Amino acid sequence: MKKNERELYFAQNIPLPETPKPAEGVRPWQTTTVVGKPLPRVDAYERVSGKAVYPSDIVFPDMLYAAILRCPHAHAVVKGVDAKAAEAMTGVRAVISATTPEADILWPYSPEMKTKLFASRCRFEGETVAAAAAETLYQAWDAVRSIRVTYDILPALSDERRALESGAAQVHNGGNKVKTDTYERGDVAKGFAEADAVLEQTYRNESELHTPMELHGCVAKWDGDSLTIWESTQGVFAVQARVAEVLRLPLSKVRVIGHYMGGGFGSKLQADKSTIIAALLAKKTARPVKMFLSREETFLAVGNRPPSTMRLKAGVKKDGMLTALEFSGTGSSGAYPAGGTSLLDWLVRDLYLCPNVRTETTDVYINAGPARPFRAPGHPQGAWALEQMLDSLAEAIKMDPVELRLKNVPAVSQARPNNPPYTTTGLQECLERGAQAFGWREARKQIAEQNRSGHVRRGVGVASGLWVAGGGNPPSTVIVKLFSDGSVNLNMGASDIGTGTKTVMAMVIAEELGVKPEMLQIEHADTGTTQYATPSGGSKTVPTESPTVRAAALSVKQQLLELAAEDLKTSPSDVALTGDEISSLSDTSKKIKITGVTGLKKRGVIVGIGYRGPNPEGKVVNPFAAQFCEVEVNTATGEVRIIRFLAVQDSGRVMDRLTFDNQTFGGVTMGIGFALTEGRVLDRNQTGKMVNRNWHDYKLPTMLDVPADMVSLPIDRPDPEANLAGAKGLGEPVTIPTAAAVANAVYHATGVRVTETPMSPMRLVQLFTQARK
Amino acid sequence: MKNENDADKQDRESREQETSGGLTRRGFLTTMGVGAVTLAVADKLYATPAAEAEMIERGKLTKVELSINGRKYRLLVEPRWSLLYVLREGLGLTGTKVGCERGECGACTVLINDVPRYACMTLAVEAEGSRITTLEGLMKGDALGPVQKAFAEKDAFQCGYCTPGQIMAVEGLLRRNPAPSDEDIRRGMSGNLCRCGTYKNIIHAAKRAAELKKA
Repeated sequence: MKKNERELYFAQNIPLPETPKPAEGVRPWQTTTVVGKPLPRVDAYERVSGKAVYPSDIVFPDMLYAAILRCPHAHAVVKGVDAKAAEAMTGVRAVISATTPEADILWPYSPEMKTKLFASRCRFEGETVAAAAAETLYQAWDAVRSIRVTYDILPALSDERRALESGAAQVHNGGNKVKTDTYERGDVAKGFAEADAVLEQTYRNESELHTPMELHGCVAKWDGDSLTIWESTQGVFAVQARVAEVLRLPLSKVRVIGHYMGGGFGSKLQADKSTIIAALLAKKTARPVKMFLSREETFLAVGNRPPSTMRLKAGVKKDGMLTALEFSGTGSSGAYPAGGTSLLDWLVRDLYLCPNVRTETTDVYINAGPARPFRAPGHPQGAWALEQMLDSLAEAIKMDPVELRLKNVPAVSQARPNNPPYTTTGLQECLERGAQAFGWREARKQIAEQNRSGHVRRGVGVASGLWVAGGGNPPSTVIVKLFSDGSVNLNMGASDIGTGTKTVMAMVIAEELGVKPEMLQIEHADTGTTQYATPSGGSKTVPTESPTVRAAALSVKQQLLELAAEDLKTSPSDVALTGDEISSLSDTSKKIKITGVTGLKKRGVIVGIGYRGPNPEGKVVNPFAAQFCEVEVNTATGEVRIIRFLAVQDSGRVMDRLTFDNQTFGGVTMGIGFALTEGRVLDRNQTGKMVNRNWHDYKLPTMLDVPADMVSLPIDRPDPEANLAGAKGLGEPVTIPTAAAVANAVYHATGVRVTETPMSPMRLVQLFTQARK
Repeated sequence: MKNENDADKQDRESREQETSGGLTRRGFLTTMGVGAVTLAVADKLYATPAAEAEMIERGKLTKVELSINGRKYRLLVEPRWSLLYVLREGLGLTGTKVGCERGECGACTVLINDVPRYACMTLAVEAEGSRITTLEGLMKGDALGPVQKAFAEKDAFQCGYCTPGQIMAVEGLLRRNPAPSDEDIRRGMSGNLCRCGTYKNIIHAAKRAAELKKA
């Protein structure tokens, strides 16, 4: 595996085992009979009946409930914790804080930066100070609320733009800079000199919060020295590794189970401190402990998309060729190193043909919760800047924005050493087919002729994108078992975070073994019983696991054909499986049902193991996208109504059309939130505390905020070089261009360029008022 | 509608004016606003309790009889326990999900006398005397009810965690309005958040459910 792929965020800081080479000689599918069809989910019954047991649904008869006391200040030193009253309260079974000997352990915020689990210096509002376990959840909260803490409140820094100013509050001793990264190719000065138009603009995005519907947390239970954790997570093996490391336990003594989970979007790729706290409380009380955060805590302490300020200068020739891009971005990890500028400049570096590019990104500390990867880290932010800039450049040279993008479609990844080609790039097709399906030129023309005297204006916008990963990669091991009655068991470590992973894998098995998806049993996401898988993130679960599942199914099939050949008295190369029947190729009258195969009956089961093969050498597997929308802007109230939205995605082969479209709509919906309503508000000038720490003040899109006319148009071009399934990732690319497309449509409607998220009515009214002056 | 008391009826009628069936965010907040005022007044009164008023100690349990999915449960609860807490942690009816515990997301939506309500904002003691229907109550034995079937068919969920609340909200909407328009559905369902963003498919599922219910 290439080194840079190992370092991608979803596999950061966790040990990655290698998997053996897969069997050779397997070719990508030419035609499929199951894969690609719109199949409802194999676990739909469980999810809509309430039978699915999510980690937060676990109830043990002797279970205790835990709650965490968190620092109410953005920056403070804990001088003393008095928990006497809490310990004496009815129902309270344990209270732990910095002075509890068993809680005197280190928590790795990053490999280099570790603090005590209950730190004496709290660098963000929401840092853990103490915790309690009690018979009921209400008693647990009573207990933590009655703990008296003495704080020395320190000056706080909450605006990343001022982090490096002299006199700024210091988050850590030694300055507020986390790091600066630079990248350069060609000569930007020369590029700008060659340009016919050069534009420069500053863009900013406010921090966005993940807030998945299921709260972060777990149930922890000890059986002697063995710990079992039911956790709402995207990756059971990542949680296992971290818990074992922090509690100094052998991996074999930590079992993490996460069969169902209620959303993560990147915030549940890693173990959380609360898991360690639950384990400690469970140990201390010798009872199972349920520890789920409150909604407010999830706004403060379990990650965010970092805020960033981006300066972009771009040069273009009259014919539409980009000559130079110069980008500088500042973002914030929050209080600890957490990728505050991770991939922020990637689109500037790689999306469009451009010989001269220079970027610089600086990550700084502020007194706010540490960031976590959030659906396509860095990309929606980078698109917010780059895609609005492309729109402005198009206007400057009087070229259609789609046309300008089409002029600059690269066939190679310019940002990587030696410019490796993409296995497939659907960028051009996304733009061309999208423009046609959307009626782009007609819509632009119609709007140009609209009556501009009223206060309600229409506009259309386009934006495109790519996702830096999405090709999947090793390691992955999967086991498929075929039982003597023809039914199948799939054993896979990966989590289904709501994207339909289980369903897609069932389709792969159905494709190869002729078994009906409902005849399949799926075991997954359990470190005790399933094979190693990296966390479900990076849009890599389908391209990683589906080739692996296919390889396992093919191994089963090979063994089955060998056994059937014995029954049919012919050679294994002379038999083929069609549906549930094996027949001889040379004599089609010779056939046998799977259930009739003597060898299978005798053995009772055939076991196949699949390994994920490496990605193609010297090539890059990336998904691409172009999105189009039409908006209606009320220039008096600042309201933006999205009339229609078209998302054109190149994610290789469409595995399940139903889940593909669903995922696309979901990414667009999230992007609409990023564009219009979502943004963390910190009390910058005074306390540094978060002001909108709930869903009333921090608004997610509701059903009223998404257009009824939302269309998903997959390019559906299998990528045979990428992997055995021909699929590329989807979950992240679908949300990358969305906000920029909306901003471009708002500009088209009003002539006002909105450079900061969210485009709230308040911000827009201010901008419209300024524009009228 | 049987067993409906006057307060419920008034409540229902005010909701019918507000929406065509479901729980809108605005409608909910109006109700809550009134609740908050009442509470504030009550708080003052209790600061100097009348001689005969009973002060309940924290942790003290009180008897309550709840009618859930057609079955009566006699339970001991703390008066401050939410219906959500009692359903999930007390009775193991975990089809009802916990999302925010402050009336913002709708993951805990149940029907109280056929009207969608947030179980996190309803005290268990407050629900006494009402007919409570949870997701489990839509099943006929092992078989899915029509709204559940429609959600499965139309792929109207991703992670599935908000889904029970969405299903209950659609169920409530259809009980009030058997043939809702798209706009009725969008308004009626706007009190239920889905972070995965499956709203479009939920609209399809609601329409499909209306068909299945007719059949």
